[in-house]
Amino acid sequence: MDYGLVVLIEVLRAIAGLVLISIGLAIIFGMMRIVNIAHGEFLMLGGYTVVLSAKAGINTWVAMLVLAPLVVGLVGVAIERCFIRFLYGRMLDTLLATWGLSLFIVGFVTVVFGNTLEGVSVSVGSFEIGRFRVAGYSLFIILVGAVLLAATVAVLRFTRLGLIARGTMQNPNMAAALGLSPPRIYMVTFGIGAALTGLAGGVLAPITGVVPTMGIAFIAQAFITVITGGAAIVAGTGSASTLLGSVSQLTTFATTPVIGDVALLFIAVVLLRILPQGITGRFFRRSL
Amino acid sequence: MVPRFLLGTLATTAAGIAITILIPMVADAFEVMQYTLYVVLGIYTLSLAYIWGLGGILCFGQGAFFGLGGYTFAIAAINMNETTVPFLMAIFIAATVAAALGYFMFYGRLSDVYLGVVTLVFTLIIWKLINSTAGPEYMIGTARLGGFNGIPSVPPLNVPGDPSRMFDPVEVFYIAAFFLIATYLLLKFIQATRFGRLSVAVKENEVRASLLGYDVRMIKLLVFTIGGAIAGLGGALYAAYQSFIDPNAFSLEMSAKVLIWVMAGGVGTFVGPLLACFGLQALSIWISTVPWANSLLVLGGILCFVVLLLPKGLLPGLADLSTWLMARARRRTPPEVILPAPEGKRA
Amino acid sequence: MGIDRRGFLKASAASGAMLGASALMPKFATAQGADILVGGLHDETGGLDFAGKPMQQVLGFAVDEINAQGGLLGRKLKLIGADTQSNMQLYASLAQQVALKDKVSVVHGGITSASREVIRPALRRFNTLYFYNTLYEGGVCDRNCFCTGTTPAQTVQKLVPHVMKKWGKKVYTIAADYNYGQITSAWVKKYVEENGGQVLSTDFFPLDVTNFGPTIQKIQAAKPDLVMSVLVGAAHLGFYRQWAAAGMKKQIPIASTTFGAGGTEPILITPEESEGIISCYGYYPTIDTPANKAFKAKVQAKLGAAPPAGNGPLLTELSVCTYEGMMLWAAGVKKAGTLDRMKVIEALESGISLDMPSGKVTIDPVTHHVTRDVYLADLKNREFVILESFAQQPPADTQAVCDLKKNPNENQHYQIKL
Repeated sequence: MDYGLVVLIEVLRAIAGLVLISIGLAIIFGMMRIVNIAHGEFLMLGGYTVVLSAKAGINTWVAMLVLAPLVVGLVGVAIERCFIRFLYGRMLDTLLATWGLSLFIVGFVTVVFGNTLEGVSVSVGSFEIGRFRVAGYSLFIILVGAVLLAATVAVLRFTRLGLIARGTMQNPNMAAALGLSPPRIYMVTFGIGAALTGLAGGVLAPITGVVPTMGIAFIAQAFITVITGGAAIVAGTGSASTLLGSVSQLTTFATTPVIGDVALLFIAVVLLRILPQGITGRFFRRSL
Repeated sequence: MVPRFLLGTLATTAAGIAITILIPMVADAFEVMQYTLYVVLGIYTLSLAYIWGLGGILCFGQGAFFGLGGYTFAIAAINMNETTVPFLMAIFIAATVAAALGYFMFYGRLSDVYLGVVTLVFTLIIWKLINSTAGPEYMIGTARLGGFNGIPSVPPLNVPGDPSRMFDPVEVFYIAAFFLIATYLLLKFIQATRFGRLSVAVKENEVRASLLGYDVRMIKLLVFTIGGAIAGLGGALYAAYQSFIDPNAFSLEMSAKVLIWVMAGGVGTFVGPLLACFGLQALSIWISTVPWANSLLVLGGILCFVVLLLPKGLLPGLADLSTWLMARARRRTPPEVILPAPEGKRA
Repeated sequence: MGIDRRGFLKASAASGAMLGASALMPKFATAQGADILVGGLHDETGGLDFAGKPMQQVLGFAVDEINAQGGLLGRKLKLIGADTQSNMQLYASLAQQVALKDKVSVVHGGITSASREVIRPALRRFNTLYFYNTLYEGGVCDRNCFCTGTTPAQTVQKLVPHVMKKWGKKVYTIAADYNYGQITSAWVKKYVEENGGQVLSTDFFPLDVTNFGPTIQKIQAAKPDLVMSVLVGAAHLGFYRQWAAAGMKKQIPIASTTFGAGGTEPILITPEESEGIISCYGYYPTIDTPANKAFKAKVQAKLGAAPPAGNGPLLTELSVCTYEGMMLWAAGVKKAGTLDRMKVIEALESGISLDMPSGKVTIDPVTHHVTRDVYLADLKNREFVILESFAQQPPADTQAVCDLKKNPNENQHYQIKL
């Protein structure tokens, strides 16, 4: 009984973890069609922001929930201005450019901040369920994952910004004809995607720690989640994370982490074979 | 008159042969060995340049076939103490697996980036699995898979039929260069056949090709299988040349690297990706020995600029540049030079 | 980082110029009276940079120190440092480059066992002497190669009984899923059983695993007296964080054959998370001998303080064994009076013994490994507090399988059978 509850919490945490690492990519890749290989590095930058601010004496929660998204969002905007804006509509060139960018960011961070920074620890404590101890932080991650999904839905559906962004991604010329400025909207959207990724990196930093090369561990999972999810950003990311996260985590409990990872990948392949347009290509088609 | 593309192919082949003969004459043994690696990776590059450039199949997991070729060769060669049959097996296994995966994908009507991600996931699955074979229980015959550490002491290539006579490094270079040039010619030949033109048609417009009655899935499957076989050939040479193979062949990096080479060199050409492969490979070796630079910083910066400055890739970019220069030159020269040379029949 | 780059630059600016020149004149490097070239192949960038960078820095420091004392055979040393970028393919290429193009007299380098098994056969083929200065699973048997780090028979053998006496007999092992983790966890099992204990389970994790949630719950369900960690690399540090976050620190103690070996672990995670982890290595910066204190002061004066305070190299078993490897080689060259590879090997096999920062280090002629002092330490607020030291431990594991006196032509990496 207690074991079942513990497993449930771990499964939810795995799902929330997938949501966190892929929601920013869902916007940048799913909506804007930028194959952002530097996505993992955006996560890393979020982590570095938290660690460096904590070192400078800033409250960890502020660093995590405010500074990380802010800093990475601004970096995202700068990158969009200097680079990405020349590459819209050339999906494959974005792959090449962001690959270079990813190497560059890793090198840059190593040179400037070094590769040996103390991680942060947050004092949420832990609690007991029967014979087991569970980290309170797991619940926090689940919470952030859920809030992030809900907030993205709310912004896309109920705000003018969300409407404009969705419209512009579908038809930039029409948006321009209506007096909007697509370049600015692209910039803001990219910035928001980066900011969400930064937030995720910040929130995950206490459990993963930060090193310049940490991004590589997340990039494949993030892309697989977004693509398996399909066209709808929130419903896609949410459903794909749920499916992939629970399958891999349950398999890990039953066997080993390797088999768990392989199960995740295997399910993704089978799913794409059955649903070539991703989950939301078939289900939840009208959702966001 | 000789068709223009044939002329280009012959010129490229002649240049390739000349360079192959020249290099061992002017370079020391060490340099020849390093160039062998370039040539081997060049074969790998051609495999993607073909399926992407002529078949329109964007494969994010070409490393899977490269690695399968390498592992097959290594395991078979260790078991047989001979390298000719393992060499053929490597090509065969890579092609078979490519055909099976291709069947799974193309007959499932996967396309575009979804196809890309399935190939990526496929190679990652192999990567994860092969990485977890470190325990002593994972043996195939007498070859231990070795997990993350890979398989060391893969036998070097021997003369077919005489396992006791190994090829020396310069001979290995010639062999690799022979296969590279042969692959190039084979692909050029395929390009000129009816099948080659069909695959280009499918690449340009899949719907139109299938409405004209062509079996698009079959054509793609064939292209993909040929690409897998070539990558397997590259992998076998890689394992033989390095005398080791490890799971990195299946890593994200190995598959992405070849995409970068093809893209930087220009999709749709063969020589461009080869030049990009050689150039970037040489760059990353050179940068390793420069004490003041962080390798990643410099490599990343260069890549970014290449994309911005040469958006179509190296070779088309240079072609554009020369057209532009010629156009400028024409404006200054008297009009009689303007007459365009009559073009040969286009493929 | 800019500062320590500069320090490093000083050490190797000349070698850069040398490299340029030698590209044009390959024979120049070997001319009589010219500098003696020393190759250093370490991962200064990429995933293993935390280990490779200090090793390369300290190797440069050792070269400078030898030069300051007048060099070798009346000639100066020069370091050809190559950054292998945590990439196996570059290990192969750069080993070729330093051996065949630069024609270095010795190569120090390699971090993972995988990288060693790439360059070791290559350097043997190119007749270039090779020093591998990392703690590893033991079993390399190659006359062209000297291994100066510790092996499980030297460390695990001491660690296991100590922590079992302290905490109890039921052990849960978690290990990195590659050669080193597999073999080391087998040694752990052997020593646990020899001491009358029981290994409840041994779980393996690929190097890129960051999520240890299920594992932590599995460990709790198994209720061991202690956890033995053979985890490796930055991703695996997540285990210690998640373990502490789940409040397990006070429940089940941890011992490790790897934590702090590369040095960065205690810096990367907070003192609360690392408190009380017991380990056993051939070197700790807190070794309280005049030799070690003098060594630390010299390194700090030259390259700066270790992180997080400065940008100098972390002094750990990895980097200090690299220094000691260089010094052993230099002693061998001095004794041989020539750079000739076979003569130097014979000189080293005569049982060269040096007093080093870590204590007395003696080359074992039979295995080409070293007999050295090992230490047991407890981590208290990021400082390794040495609990016990064991003088002159021989590499007994490799000795059981390898005899280069009897079979000088062996070229093997034995998987030691347990």
